[in-house]
Amino acid sequence: MQIEFNLNGQAVSADVEPRTTLADCIRNDFGQTGTHLACEHGVCGACTVLVNGEAVRSCLLLAVQVQNDKVVTIEGLSGDELTPLQAAFRKHHALQCGFCTPGFITTAHALLSHEPDADEDRIRDVLSGNLCRCSGYVPIVEAVLEARSSYRDSGSK
Amino acid sequence: MKVFNSYIGRPMERVEDLRMVRGRGTYVADVNRPNQLYAVILRSSTAHGIIKSIDSSEALALAGVHHVLTAKDLGNEVPLIPLRLQPLPQLEPFHQPVLADKKVRYVGEPIAVVIAESAAIAEDALERIALEIDPLPAVATRAQAEAKRSVLFEGHGSNVAITWKAFRGDADEAFKTADYVRRETFRVQRHAAMFMEPRGFVAEWDEAAGKLTVWGAAKTAWYNRRTLAAQLGLELEAVDLIEVDVGGGFGSRGEFYPEDYLIPAAARIVGRPVKWTEDRREHIMSANHARDVECDVEFAATRDGRFIGLRGQIWSDIGAYIRTNGSVGPRNVAQYMSGPYCMEHIDLKSSMLTTNKTPCGTYRGPGRYETDFIRERMIDLAAQDLKIDRVELRRRNLVADAQMPYTLASITPYDSSTELDSGDYHAVFDRCLKEFGWEERSKLRGQSIDGYYHGLAIGSFIEGGAAGPKEEVRLVLETDGALSVYMGSSSVGQGLETIMAQIAADAMEIPYEKITILHGSTSYVKDGYGAYHSRSTVMGGSAILLGAEKLKELIQQTAAQRLGCKSEEVVIDGEQASFGGNHIAFAGLSETPLEVEAAFFNKKYTWAYGTQAAHVAVDPGTGHVKVIDVMSVEDVGRMINPLTLHGQAIGSIVQGLGGAFLEHLVYDDEGQLLTGSFADYLMPTASDFPSIRSVTLELKPCPNNPLGAKGAGEGGLIPIGGLMANAVADALSHLNVQPMELPLSPPRIWQLVEEAEAARARA
Repeated sequence: MQIEFNLNGQAVSADVEPRTTLADCIRNDFGQTGTHLACEHGVCGACTVLVNGEAVRSCLLLAVQVQNDKVVTIEGLSGDELTPLQAAFRKHHALQCGFCTPGFITTAHALLSHEPDADEDRIRDVLSGNLCRCSGYVPIVEAVLEARSSYRDSGSK
Repeated sequence: MKVFNSYIGRPMERVEDLRMVRGRGTYVADVNRPNQLYAVILRSSTAHGIIKSIDSSEALALAGVHHVLTAKDLGNEVPLIPLRLQPLPQLEPFHQPVLADKKVRYVGEPIAVVIAESAAIAEDALERIALEIDPLPAVATRAQAEAKRSVLFEGHGSNVAITWKAFRGDADEAFKTADYVRRETFRVQRHAAMFMEPRGFVAEWDEAAGKLTVWGAAKTAWYNRRTLAAQLGLELEAVDLIEVDVGGGFGSRGEFYPEDYLIPAAARIVGRPVKWTEDRREHIMSANHARDVECDVEFAATRDGRFIGLRGQIWSDIGAYIRTNGSVGPRNVAQYMSGPYCMEHIDLKSSMLTTNKTPCGTYRGPGRYETDFIRERMIDLAAQDLKIDRVELRRRNLVADAQMPYTLASITPYDSSTELDSGDYHAVFDRCLKEFGWEERSKLRGQSIDGYYHGLAIGSFIEGGAAGPKEEVRLVLETDGALSVYMGSSSVGQGLETIMAQIAADAMEIPYEKITILHGSTSYVKDGYGAYHSRSTVMGGSAILLGAEKLKELIQQTAAQRLGCKSEEVVIDGEQASFGGNHIAFAGLSETPLEVEAAFFNKKYTWAYGTQAAHVAVDPGTGHVKVIDVMSVEDVGRMINPLTLHGQAIGSIVQGLGGAFLEHLVYDDEGQLLTGSFADYLMPTASDFPSIRSVTLELKPCPNNPLGAKGAGEGGLIPIGGLMANAVADALSHLNVQPMELPLSPPRIWQLVEEAEAARARA
């Protein structure tokens, strides 16, 4: 099936099998490998991308479901400079192996874009949909708490 | 100006993060080769049985399918996977074939490999393979193994593969005269490392050059290269294993698995690159399991609470085959049960049982997590019996500074002895009590607040690190003055590039930004070892120090020719070589790169050590446990990067909490795995354990390496099982609830509460 959507600011099209997931499409058809697959059954959140600003699991969505939508992956969040959220992840050592990191950053970005004043409980609650095996989550929560100010300054995106 | 020691000890932000936080890392699933095919693996859904037939014709008939590989394609003898550690001849009967040959012994065992134009086509084809297996009775429990419901290896005649013996002093004699003896049975459940990035490989065979290249190496690339080259009948130089970014290891990833052979072999057979990535279900049933231990142990002490001895029998369920490092856990449970405490008399036997389950290997703190659960529970039980405060009881028995080095139990067969190298265990113990606020919090013990009963626990641990025999480096001063450091150490996500750059920067007095760390691939150094047993910082870092000395000598020799002086007269300072007022910058010093090789040899383990305290609250009505606080204090001798080390400690503690409360690989009596997804296998999430604290000290530098560092990163997890069980027992002390088994899941605690209340009603 032919699909068209916007990927990280670019209009793209692909010819995909109906069974192709959005994750496989992003990774294989467009070479955007920052979106990671760790469980492929929607539990771990490593494959989280933004579809029209909402955090969704690209392993549970079929590529054909994003026709005409705006999809942003980890690669689309920043240029060569780190965003304040990414810099906070680095500063707080919120990643070790880095495999779950794109999913945490996209999830946190969606949260703070909607709720820049989210408190620690709210952040922990939202992030509890993503699995990280390395960090113990403490530094991830610290990083997201610190990044809140940048979302307040720039307004809701 | 001298810039000595400007990087070591600083919380440097990681080099790795710059790519990883932007989605620019390269993990093995991101590697693609031109013209590649895709492999998927047919795995047994029967726990134990005889393979009657495999018919691949329907699969091969599907468009896009290139090949279906089965055991009969592998020649007369299906390659077996050798042991990387403790390679005892008596364990050879239990080595795993790379494909099941005639018999299957666990759910998940590879039977065939389908190679096709896409992973989707290969998966379609997999369903068309007609497989006939005659089931045999399965062995899924210790009772079934001992009763020989089946014998997995008929030639061996028993499901006991081997029995290790840890010994010190004369336990039988000591137990005869001991004032106090208590005997208990403990059990730690099967769980696993469960790193986030699925395993995978991309293999490419270059027929013209006779060269095999495999992407996806981790942990022990050089050992795996030797194994693979031997299995394929290739020269060592004809095989290169390439490490890309690795999404977590924790002991499990990077050991030689069947797929380490199957994917390269498939690439050679089909003559095109082959890519394989496992899915999570496959991972859960094929990568190493761990921890599955039962123990019947006796503990002896004097009336005034001096520990005398440990005696007993341990059973480790190792699954269907022995994996490359399968003896480490069962050995460690026995050898390290005494932990950081004086224990003169030890007689512990540890038997490895074969069962129809996924084979086991090491997982962070192998054997240590289990044995600390057993020991720390025993200490709290003894404190209660002897009516001695459990803080005081531990303090009385910790190995004292003056007793160092302190010899631990020896182990046989594959004999080894080791000694605790250094430490002020009492200072760390007291620091933990203070940081935790033990005295203040003690007022809450046994109190019920909003339906939750509060309890505390404390426990000490040792953490072995720095396994030898050596690590290699190659240092190259590039013509532009930059430094490239090639290492046998490998990265499994622990921040190796950052830490090693800090060490190299100080050693060479070169700015950190000018250093590139290249690691883990067999093309980098001749004989590397890798990342296991918390060894990279000590072994790889020390090798860098030795390499830096040699490189400085080479720089002096090279500069001396141009400066017109003797080598030893050349002064190296601030990226330049100087003599008599003349300076030559490293950049431009030589027209060709200056290169040296160095190896650090070491046979003595390092022993980091620490104490942890915990505060929990338990709802007896539901069995739910809230972890209110965990405080860990550990002495690592010398810290290279406090930021990454702190991260290791916190992450390790939370993994340990997963094992204490959540994680459980459950099998039914027929050897079927019941927890094959993340919906069934529960791991900690961000909302489970919010308050975890860690303090790292540099009290006693390690005397056995030039850095003074001790391997760290596993320690946080080691005491957690025992600590949590003791804290739960403390909270429910009014009921005398005594957990003897992990995990401390709500149903288990609820059951213990029910039993305790029933017992009280009867009394």
